[in-house]
Parts: sequence; structure tokens; C-alpha cells
Amino acid sequence: MTAVTEAPGSPGVRGVRVLLDGASAPIVPAAREVLLAALDAGWADPRRLYAEGRQARRLLDDAREAVAAGLGVRPPEVSFLPGGPVALSAAVEGIRYASRRRGTRTVAAAVEHSAVLVPGRAVAATADDATLLDEVPVDAVGRVRLDSWTRALAVPGTVVAALQSANGEVGTRQPLDAAWEACRAHGIPLVVDAQAGLGRDPVPEAYDVLVGDARSWGGPAGVGVLVVPERTRWRRPGAGSEAEFGRTDAEPVVPLVLAAAEAWLATATEGPDESRRAWELVDEVRSAASEVPDTVVVGDPVDRLPHVVTFSCLFVDGEALVHELDRRGFAVASGSACTASTLESSHVLAAMGVLTHGNVRVTLPLAGSLPGGAAERAAGVHAFCAALGDAVEAVRSRLGTDRL
Amino acid sequence: MSSADVVEVDARGLRCPIPVIRLGAAIKDLRTGSLVRLLATDPAARSDVAAFCRLRGHELVETVDEPEHTAYLVRRGS
Repeated sequence: MTAVTEAPGSPGVRGVRVLLDGASAPIVPAAREVLLAALDAGWADPRRLYAEGRQARRLLDDAREAVAAGLGVRPPEVSFLPGGPVALSAAVEGIRYASRRRGTRTVAAAVEHSAVLVPGRAVAATADDATLLDEVPVDAVGRVRLDSWTRALAVPGTVVAALQSANGEVGTRQPLDAAWEACRAHGIPLVVDAQAGLGRDPVPEAYDVLVGDARSWGGPAGVGVLVVPERTRWRRPGAGSEAEFGRTDAEPVVPLVLAAAEAWLATATEGPDESRRAWELVDEVRSAASEVPDTVVVGDPVDRLPHVVTFSCLFVDGEALVHELDRRGFAVASGSACTASTLESSHVLAAMGVLTHGNVRVTLPLAGSLPGGAAERAAGVHAFCAALGDAVEAVRSRLGTDRL
Repeated sequence: MSSADVVEVDARGLRCPIPVIRLGAAIKDLRTGSLVRLLATDPAARSDVAAFCRLRGHELVETVDEPEHTAYLVRRGS
């Protein structure tokens, strides 16, 4: 067995690592404490009738109430699934199944999460009918084209639509109110994927099913939230179980859910102040990146998530750039080929028609998840902005592309 | 214009950013208005070649999908 030691990687400025991949950040301290305590107090199966089981049930109910209150819904409308992507696939599938007598066609923006697009393509491939998934084009900043969206909804057999509140790779917010209005005009339920924005941006209100992931508000990995309001026709295919109001087979891991609820409470109290600070830091990164030669900063500069920014550098290998920044102490993600789990470059960047290579994605962690808080986060961003030009130049020089 | 006037860059089988780097290297020393045809198989080249042209002021004249690859015809800007 491998011993768990300190995080690997080179120390950056001031000898600390600078975490700029907040999509998978450490959980906030209050949630960590609750998680550890819950391993002792909430280990039992909440379906059991003895005292320990009843206690786990009470804790789970409390956590559900806290999350439901934060999202402005009733507790029975909230189910915990094993991660946001799982919840997202289930959200779309449940509406498609409930409406199966009217059709099976799905409308989704071309920049949606693969948990929407991959199952949608599978449905289309199985039926040998490519029209069963309509991937609606986006503009150059990644915003869905509303005229195409509305036309797609009008196609007979369409039964479900899916749209992100904002894209987690490039930060661009989607026009949810207008998109939902178009859905309602056609009687088609809208699944809103808020995995990137919950805890960072206001909670969406324009949806028929809402999906989130506890990681976006500083909670642990492995907790997805599926909100199915009573008014929405949603039904799970298959034999079915009683877990989470019949919306999944998997019983929730109680300590993880408790930690997720605690993280929500901790992050909600930070609110607008946290968002404003993140916003300004992202502006700083956008401006530093745009000063690097042959570099394009993508996504909407204003109508965007507070904490996400993506840019691409011409003639640079994304993998080499991630390693170069890592060597200098900065942890960043990338949407370029060879840097993700697959060899495909980001479908989001491709759909926007922007440079897919040499890509760097910065997702600011919540200040509350860092030991040094807001000051540590700001110092890390300043250091990143100062180092970026050099790092890109170093990679170009190694590739021999600095004179092209 | 005959095909002899077009510089051809064969980047088939190579992954991005190599096709765009080869294109950049080929176009660098050409005169304004000269043509380069890039052959590539990596699907990422589709958005990357267009983005390269926008960044550097070149013109993407046409994109032709052949059975086994895609051909991008680029005219050098000034």
C-alpha cells in the first residue's frame, strides 16, 4: 500500500504550491471537520431501525434540509447521487423516459457536459437516427445561439432540453431565462446543469430539473445533487429502488453528504464578497494572459462565472505548458489534447471555434478552502500572472516555435 | 493558378499543435498572397487552423474534407 504523504510537485514562490484548479479543490475546513466527526456519528445505514441507523437518518435528513433551503426547494425534491455527472445523466434520462410516448429527442448546447452528450449520442446511435440528439451551436464566447435553440425545440419528438447555467471550462453564463421560456413555449422540460456555478453564482431559478456537484461549493467529491420539483414529470427507468425517493440505486454516503451540507453553509455565508474577490482576480489573469504574445483569452469577459478563465497559446503544446507551470509551482488544468483523460481536445473549445492547443484553464478555489484564505489566493494569482509570460516563452523556445 | 504555386504541408497522422506549427513554419517566409495547403488528420486542426489564421491575419480560403484527411488552403496575409 502506498503511504499518503504531502502533495507532490515543486514548491512555487514563497515555497508554497499555488492551486489554480479549483474544480477539484480541497474541501473547506468546516466540512472536513464534519466529515471526520460523521465517520464516527453517521456511519450506520440510515435504513436500519436501531438507534445508530436512526441517528444516521436524522443527520441525513438535516443535511437534506440545509441543502434544500439553500437551493430554495423542498427537501423531498432533493436527492443525493454519487457525483454531479451521475446526477446529470440521470436528470436527462428521467425526463426522456417519462416522456417516451411522445419521443426520445434531446436538445443540448454543444458545450454541455459529456454526461449529457455521450449518453445522448448513444441513444441516437442505438436508434440509428442522428437527429435524436441536437447539439445546438454556440457563438465564439460559448453562449448558445438562441435562434438555433428555439428552432431545435420545435422539431417533433423533442422531449428534453439541457443547458448549463454557466460553462465550467470557459466561464460563460448561458441565457437561462430566455432558454427556459422557449422550452416552456414548446412544453419541453429543461435540465439545468449548475455543476460549475453553485456556491459561486446565484442559484438558478429557471429550470425544471436542477443538477449540482458539492465540489463547486467546497464540499467533497462524490456528492451530486439532483433537484426534481414536484411539478416536473420525471421517472427513473428500470426496476427502481427506494433510495433517495426512487431517483437512484445508490444509497448516499452519509458522512459525505453531511460534509457537503456543511460546506454549503460555510460557503453561503461568504456569498457576494467571495464572488467579487474572485471576479477581480480572474480579471487580473485575463489581462495578464492577453499580454502574452499570440495568446487568446476565451469566454465572455463580463457575463461569466466569477472564478473561471481559459486561454490558449499559439504554437504551444498544452501538456508541456501544464508541466512547465507545475514545475514553477502552479497547478492548472487544460482542455488541450493529451492533458485530459482522453486524447481528444476539449469539445467546448472546438464548438467555440477557438484555439484548442496550448490551453490553460484556471479555476480559482474558494478562498475558504486555502489555509491562508483570501490573502493566499490573491498572492498566488499575482505570482501566476508574473510567471505566465516566461513559462509560455520557455515552452515555445523548447519546441522551436518562438520565432514562427 | 496551377497547383505548382501552392506549397503543400503534409501533417497527416500528426497531432495538434504540430500541424499548425508546420503550417506556421511553411508560411513564415512566403510572400503576401502566397498559398499553402495543409493536409491534416487531427480533428483539432479544424478550429486551430482557423484560429491561427485569425491571430496572424492570414486567410483560410477553403477547407476540403477528403475521405482520409482534411485539406486547408491558406493565403498568406501581409
